[in-house]
Amino acid sequence: MTQVTDPRAGTATSRAGSRHWRSQSAYLGVLPFLVFSGLFLLYPTYNVVSGAFKNNENEFSTAALSEAFHSSITIHAFKNSLVLSLWTAVAGSILGGLFAWALVTGKKEGYFYRFSIALSSVLAQFGGVMLTFAFLATFGFNGVISTLAMKVMPSSFLADSAWLYGLNGLIVVYTFFQIPLMVLVFLPTIENLRPQWREASDSLGGNSREYWTRIGIPVLTPSFAGAALLLFVNSFSAYATAATLINLTSFLTPLQIATALSSEVGGANPAEAKALSFIMIVVVTFVMALYALLRRRVTKWEANR
Amino acid sequence: MKRTWKVQAWRRFIIGFVGLYLMVPLYSMFDFSTKPFLIADSGRNLRSWRIIPSQPDLGIAVLRSMITAGIVMLLILFMIVPTVIWVQLKLPKLVRPLELLCLLPLAIPAIVIVVGIAPLYRWISINLSESPITLAGVYSMLILPYTYRSLSAALDAVDIHTLAEAAQTLGASTFRMISGVIMPTIRTGIINGSFIAIALVLGEFTISNILNFKTFQVVIAQIGRTSGNVAVSVSLASIIFVLVLLLLVPATKRRAAVLDVDLA
Repeated sequence: MTQVTDPRAGTATSRAGSRHWRSQSAYLGVLPFLVFSGLFLLYPTYNVVSGAFKNNENEFSTAALSEAFHSSITIHAFKNSLVLSLWTAVAGSILGGLFAWALVTGKKEGYFYRFSIALSSVLAQFGGVMLTFAFLATFGFNGVISTLAMKVMPSSFLADSAWLYGLNGLIVVYTFFQIPLMVLVFLPTIENLRPQWREASDSLGGNSREYWTRIGIPVLTPSFAGAALLLFVNSFSAYATAATLINLTSFLTPLQIATALSSEVGGANPAEAKALSFIMIVVVTFVMALYALLRRRVTKWEANR
Repeated sequence: MKRTWKVQAWRRFIIGFVGLYLMVPLYSMFDFSTKPFLIADSGRNLRSWRIIPSQPDLGIAVLRSMITAGIVMLLILFMIVPTVIWVQLKLPKLVRPLELLCLLPLAIPAIVIVVGIAPLYRWISINLSESPITLAGVYSMLILPYTYRSLSAALDAVDIHTLAEAAQTLGASTFRMISGVIMPTIRTGIINGSFIAIALVLGEFTISNILNFKTFQVVIAQIGRTSGNVAVSVSLASIIFVLVLLLLVPATKRRAAVLDVDLA
């Protein structure tokens, strides 16, 4: 009898053991990804965040951060970055939002609609060297518009391409990729506006203006604001276009980071690069948190509808 | 009737204005690329387009970018997708942490990633390989938010727990359950992720430039320093290439890919 129960008891415990082992071994399945993202994502993040509180001799210090808050160059670059992001987010979201509306009022899934979406997805990714070329060919020396302006109105600012290499130029250039991004982000929302609402408003005697001020705009506002925040971050983080268009090494915060990082210039200062990067992370995280809050509201509204 | 007329007028005005904003620079690129190439040339010509194939570094850069994009896709397919499915099935406690991890790159601009990752790539260059293909590692992290979002949207649409139980009741192994049953149902999400990978790898400049890797964009910038015409025609050619690629993919499959956001 005991001979029978003993092996059974044995199997029972061993099975329980294997079950326990199996539930623990499930964690092994995430190990490859964890190691990989640890190397390429968590390590760089940790490196920047911890590095912001160290000096170049790897000792704890807030010197780099306080230096960043007191240096007039840094403050100027940061201000430029914020102004640039703000303007391009506003201009991009308004123009892109209107264009999305124009697309929706047109023929759905028609050629123009499909072409516009495909073009938007290309141009939203279009930045850096190629974008710089495009605007140099347009507004730069001997560019299409500047040549035209030279003939038609030689005294206007367009005839002289100097404006392109400053903040105004960057605003115009950045808006070029912000508009298509807005179209892509905002189109699904505006497509979700129910035609029934318009009909309801009309049948209750509302006119076009009343429909937009009382229904359309209030309904779209959270998504619109969310999209504008996304555009802000997109512009704030952009480096390649500014780096290839203007040669001022500390005009924007991303440019200043690149300068502090690369040793070509001679004065490589990793601590400064990390401190500035940390400030960028704080700003972006703050804006993305706002975005997440807005999205939650939008999703709730969409679920309750 | 008056209202539709007004709507039409507004529509035309907006499309005209934004259309000009977007199309004039593209036209200017074409205009620039046909300008007299040599001092000896008398008029406009397409010479800069014709010598694209003979540019040094360019062919190899495109090839490398394609290989990098391929590796990023493999990483998505064999590491990220199975992990996301695995966590949904077996480790529900980790769903939230995994989501946070996958969305982390949204809060970290590319220029910041460079700062943090420079030591790692210095090590890789010395000990493993100096090839730009190693950038696939950091690129797969950059697109993680978009991959994750299109995957989780696709996974939400199917009941994977039932699928998994059915597959295992019928005797499928875990590997077969994930690769043969669940992954095909979220095919669209995976295809979208791959598209983003191609767009990202072809367009990335920040990381590769600062880390001194000769990727497609870096080579274009390099050509631009010696011959503006050629660099501009290469850029325009690549835009048209991607545009045609996107137009050829059926609209329904592209839908979610189109919603992705480039924050790099």
